[in-house]
Amino acid sequence: MAALDRVKVLVLGDSGVGKSSLVHLLCHNQVLGNPSWTVGCSVDVRIHDYKEGTPEEKTYYIELWDVGGSVGSATSVKSTRAVFYNLLNGIILVHDLTNKKSSQNLYRWTLEALNRDVAPTGVLVTNGDYDREQFADNQIPLLVIGTKLDQIPETKRNEVLTRTAFLAEDFNAEEINLDCTNPRYLAAGSSNAVKLSRFFDKVIEKRYFLRDGNQIPGFSERKRFGGGTLKSLHYD
Amino acid sequence: MRKLFKDYEVRQYVVQVIFSVTFAFSCTMFELIIFEILGVLNSSSRYFHWKLNLCVILLILVFMVPFYIGYFVVSNIRLLHRQKLLFACVLWLTFMYFFWKLGDPFPILSPKHGILSIEQLISRVGVIGVTLMALLSGFGAVNCPYTYMSYFLRNVTDADILALERRLLQTMDMIVSKKKRIAVAHRTMFQRGEVHNKPTGFWGMIKSVTTSVPGSESLPDLSLIQQEVDALEELSRQLFLETADLHATKERIEYSKTFQGKYFNFMGYFFSIYCVWKIFMATINIVFDRVGKTDPVTRGIEITVNYLGIQFDVKFWSQHISFILVGIIIVTSIRGLLITLTKFFYAISSSKSSNVIVLLLAQIMGMYFVSSVLLIRMSMPPEYRTIITEVLGELQFNFYHRWFDVIFLVSALSSILFLYLAHKQAPEKHMAL
Repeated sequence: MAALDRVKVLVLGDSGVGKSSLVHLLCHNQVLGNPSWTVGCSVDVRIHDYKEGTPEEKTYYIELWDVGGSVGSATSVKSTRAVFYNLLNGIILVHDLTNKKSSQNLYRWTLEALNRDVAPTGVLVTNGDYDREQFADNQIPLLVIGTKLDQIPETKRNEVLTRTAFLAEDFNAEEINLDCTNPRYLAAGSSNAVKLSRFFDKVIEKRYFLRDGNQIPGFSERKRFGGGTLKSLHYD
Repeated sequence: MRKLFKDYEVRQYVVQVIFSVTFAFSCTMFELIIFEILGVLNSSSRYFHWKLNLCVILLILVFMVPFYIGYFVVSNIRLLHRQKLLFACVLWLTFMYFFWKLGDPFPILSPKHGILSIEQLISRVGVIGVTLMALLSGFGAVNCPYTYMSYFLRNVTDADILALERRLLQTMDMIVSKKKRIAVAHRTMFQRGEVHNKPTGFWGMIKSVTTSVPGSESLPDLSLIQQEVDALEELSRQLFLETADLHATKERIEYSKTFQGKYFNFMGYFFSIYCVWKIFMATINIVFDRVGKTDPVTRGIEITVNYLGIQFDVKFWSQHISFILVGIIIVTSIRGLLITLTKFFYAISSSKSSNVIVLLLAQIMGMYFVSSVLLIRMSMPPEYRTIITEVLGELQFNFYHRWFDVIFLVSALSSILFLYLAHKQAPEKHMAL
């Protein structure tokens, strides 16, 4: 069983948005009781059934790498963080719905993770065209999650949700808004759970399946095949 | 304010207002000193402005800011949400009580004045502020040469960094594989229909020692693995911090090879000499129980007149020179304080407690400025000291200088010790690799 294929997904976002709570919720279906500062990187594992309910169902490990810190860190911290960005298969972007700056910083997080970091100018260009060009040729699936939904009063909910919808469109990604202290949001069968599982399926597809539907051999079978067709599609 | 809050938003308008008001009034105090020297404005109106300024600042520092701090701290604790105001008042009263008690062990009161007079309040604020100033200066005096001089930089090669990074990734891989085993075990147990609650809490642990659940043979293994995972996670955190440290050192080495770096290195030598001299002077002041009566400007002019025999118009020049000197001191201390506070703030900011932190900063800043007014009096010629003496009443200024020297010395020595230990510890870790 330990020879299941694996997929690596980064969880990025500003300090204090709730990444560790989210990862704990995704992996253990339980609320994290005592959240504390994440120093460095903490990893957790979720077992996911690809194409659940169909005859092609297969189980995969999804490693969720929760990297701590902020976009404005010193270059030394950034280069230390960069060691975790290798062999990326998917990115979950987490922002805080009560804090607009955290959603604006997501652009810089994505650029940092995709190794195309621009020198910070202090003025964030959020012109839609500019950002879409940056991400147009991006092959790595993204998912945008907004946390602390319960802390927004009912009256403001609509405008916040429209704003986040624009954000998700910029990244060409799905979005989920939830509250990490309430497992009800990710209950099986809810639309959030469906979106999540679709995202993981997409990540697995990009990693393991070629366009014509043939499966790329996983790690355990690589020794037999000698790695013939793998080079062009790996993000080494 | 924007610079302090690059990553977070300050929600409450009140907090911003309080911070700006504190800052504004502190700066007005300094302006008044400068006006004093320059002779701008009428003397009586200056006096009036001083009094007004002092009253407002004290009001803010002693009454409003602590109250709001208590209020925000209480609103962060979820339990006491209902009776926020009540608990905030309680906290504020506790603060006032301690604030009052602070005055007792110090010889700063003269029995002539009543309880709620300005002198009482200023004396206490002054004590706290002076302690703060001395702590900051002591630490800054030692830290400054340490950071600037490249003599202290350890040699870091790229190979070191790569080796550490590889170790870090290996540790992460081990953590991942162990977590996979735990997840798989949980899933098979779940599928088999055994929903087992982990024993939580104190009583749970006691119970699990005596009872045993059928099918729990896998459980001891799991808890063992969990412990290993915790230990590995701790190790990975340490490795991450070390790697970040190495990257930072490597950057500093590269920076020191540029022209700017060399210039700062040079200044570092000067600064270290200056800091050593200051520590020396502080020691002498304490040992010989001496408080300087004359200020540096007059003394400097006297020396030049006596040794060089040049005819100076003492009054004219002393006014200008003291103005420049006081101006420089004020500007550099404000700048230094703000920079230190910004750095400190980045290190500890979080979206939850940002309001409290801003208020704390406003409080610290206000106290710092009030006490620097007290201490500046030392550097000014006697004719300008009068107004400060008049306004602030009968405070024992000498006491404050002594107190400053003592705390400065203590802080400088302890930061030397601290930096020495930190410096020694790091190379040992490299030896162990």
